[in-house]
Amino acid sequence: MTRFWLNEQRGTLLALAIFAVMFTLYVSNHPAGFTPNVVQTAANKGVLLALVAIAQTFVVLTAGIDLSVGMVMILANCIASYLVVGGLITTTGGVLAVLATGVVCGAINGAIVIFGRLQPIVATIATGAVYYGIALWMRPFPGSTDAFNGDLADALTGKVFGVVPASLVFLLGVIVVIWIPFRRSILGRAVYATGSSEVAAFMSGVPILQAKMLAYVFSGLLAAVGGLFLTFFTYSGEASLSNGNTYTLYSIAAVVLGGVSLFGGRGSAVGAIFGALAFRAIGDLLFVFDFDPLWQPLFQGIVLLVSVSLGSARLFSVRNRLDFFS
Amino acid sequence: MTEAPSLFRMEGISKRYGGVRALEQAELTIKAGRVHAILGENGAGKSTLIKVMAGVVAPDAGRMLLDDKPVVFAGPAAANAAGIVCIFQELSLIPDLSVADNIVISNPPMRFGLIDRRAQHRIAAEALQRAGGGDIDPREIVKDLPLSRRQIVEIAKALARKPRVLILDEATSALTAADVTTVFGVLKRLRDEGIALLYISHRMHEIAELADDCTVFRNGRNVASYVAGTKTDREVVELMIGREYSHKFPARPAPVPSTAPPVLEVRNLTWAPRLNGISLAARAGEVVGLGGLDGQGQRELLLALFGVLRGVSGAVLIDGKPTAIGSPRVAKSPGVGMALIPEDRKTEGLMLPMSVRDNLSFASLGQFSSGGMIDRAAESRAVDDVIRLLEIKTDGTAALAGSLSGGNQQKVVIAKWLMTAPRIILLNDPTRGIDVGTKQEIYALLRRLANEGAAIILYSTDYDELIGCCDRVLVLYDGAIKRELAGDEITERALIASALDIDLAVEA
Repeated sequence: MTRFWLNEQRGTLLALAIFAVMFTLYVSNHPAGFTPNVVQTAANKGVLLALVAIAQTFVVLTAGIDLSVGMVMILANCIASYLVVGGLITTTGGVLAVLATGVVCGAINGAIVIFGRLQPIVATIATGAVYYGIALWMRPFPGSTDAFNGDLADALTGKVFGVVPASLVFLLGVIVVIWIPFRRSILGRAVYATGSSEVAAFMSGVPILQAKMLAYVFSGLLAAVGGLFLTFFTYSGEASLSNGNTYTLYSIAAVVLGGVSLFGGRGSAVGAIFGALAFRAIGDLLFVFDFDPLWQPLFQGIVLLVSVSLGSARLFSVRNRLDFFS
Repeated sequence: MTEAPSLFRMEGISKRYGGVRALEQAELTIKAGRVHAILGENGAGKSTLIKVMAGVVAPDAGRMLLDDKPVVFAGPAAANAAGIVCIFQELSLIPDLSVADNIVISNPPMRFGLIDRRAQHRIAAEALQRAGGGDIDPREIVKDLPLSRRQIVEIAKALARKPRVLILDEATSALTAADVTTVFGVLKRLRDEGIALLYISHRMHEIAELADDCTVFRNGRNVASYVAGTKTDREVVELMIGREYSHKFPARPAPVPSTAPPVLEVRNLTWAPRLNGISLAARAGEVVGLGGLDGQGQRELLLALFGVLRGVSGAVLIDGKPTAIGSPRVAKSPGVGMALIPEDRKTEGLMLPMSVRDNLSFASLGQFSSGGMIDRAAESRAVDDVIRLLEIKTDGTAALAGSLSGGNQQKVVIAKWLMTAPRIILLNDPTRGIDVGTKQEIYALLRRLANEGAAIILYSTDYDELIGCCDRVLVLYDGAIKRELAGDEITERALIASALDIDLAVEA
């Protein structure tokens, strides 16, 4: 049991370890220490990236890449700032509309990649620009609506029982409701099979097209959930180009840090979550050490390089050079 | 012929790829409870025939009947659903998934709408047991398994689909002799259970042992069908190649005297635990065979010599001088002059999406370039020469390597290395999955290269090849040389006995 399990979870466990080290460093040097408020703030920032990283994971597992996740998130943010308003019924309708937007965006990506046979990297750069364009049209300037449902926002970004960050509970819910069933469904397995060897998957009669479509749709959906959360933090919508690009790139960093193979077929959303949380902790380390924020990108980049290299450490022990390529 | 009704029939099947005719009015009738062997050279249309049956390609003309009812397959999944399951020559396993995941890939057991992993494990273990792979753990990741074990998994995967027609395309090519025996037992049981088996193999003795009916294909047509055992091997080969069957192997010249200085000498080569103190010498003009069961270190020995492995101890001497070969780049440099024809031509030998010309000149580009720029005219001349020399059948030098037949692809791999004018040629099972005609050409070529002064080390899983081609055979067992056979000592009996590390003299 253990050998096979360890082999499969190696990437996830490494991400967990990196996160544990980074977060311990962060909390132990934080002026306020390990308090519910510190954890809550860290969790909220981390969960936002984690959601986008999960979105990215689905597509990366098929050996593709989704460079539109950040823009879908921004579009969802702008829509949510208009529609998540008023009481229960209007709010529910608004949330559903935001999620539906994500699903549609993902489906468009999927259709272009599958039926247009475009490279995912090109297709999603183009659609990302389109999604951003729509967001900018909706919110030429950052803004909010007076009727915005702040109660829902506060509930999901606050604490449960005054201790546990609600956003973490929500993230756990995403794992239970979406990831675990996905991992154990036929289409979920088909996603892994397609990413690992598309030819072998085709020859085995695996539903490749449906699998890819599902991956892109889930990617859009999770990116939209990320957009919702962004709205809950900011109470407003902003068509920020730099935010969109940053989240797209960070989602890839988080996914790699979380042990998901960019070659497809290997990794899990759980790993990607730890990757995202670790990446956030790395970014925040500078603040507790009281460095100039100007150093953050440099520092973050170096820590990211070192962390990702840990995953390649096994290459030092390779005795057959052909293993470098497999 | 038995009077069993036909289970599956193909009538007037034709298929063209661009200008190339792969199948022309092909007919085939398969009966339940029989093993039907398909014979033919590579390029005879066997692969296309199977792909049509398995729903991978659609025929241009003709029809297929299952239980006398016409069927059309939209894809592999549709063919599987109809009970036609194919084990392809190129393995169809998914490398990153576990053995169990792979076995149930097309139809996993479900419980509450989710995949039931416990049931999956059970089904996989059962299928592995039936396929003779009871030693494989269903949780193992496929890419961590050696090739021969993967082939067993492939067979288990087919069995788990409960086939009515099971197609095996060179399904035993990577198996050890012991595995083949097990698999044959499985296949015979399946036949007795009423499954129709379609068996494609280049190994005549396998067909002799297994087949009930045979059909020979040539140039996309079925040229003869007969009950197994009613034609001699000689007649069958003549049907396959459509010409008189001459000597299979070139004559063996007088042995090179052991006093001649070796081109390549290896002393106590060790790469624990796969290679344990190997010493050997190869002289100019010699073909030295590597024998033994599959997986006894032969592949690792060739890789170690070619500079692929790290942490190898022992000494390698080229022309008597100790030489450190740290990479294939060093190995092929003029000072060493080594070439390795790898085991897997599709991944280690060729860049399939690139042209035949590019593939041929890759290893020897240095000869045609000055100041880092390639002299295209010189390259073309050299490429044309070698294509003519090896009679490579290609639609011009711009054709993609992936578009050639298996035999011609292998010729490209060999030709590519001949262009470097190597003095030491290492070959790792170079005739695996290759048609009879090309095999003979390769045998003749090896002997000619040796006569011209090359030292050749040939690893082969085919005993006939070791007997027919080699001046000496070193039999490996557990990473060490157990026995050296020379000249007339190289017999099937001696090879098998030393491969199993048993002493026949003692037993007799």
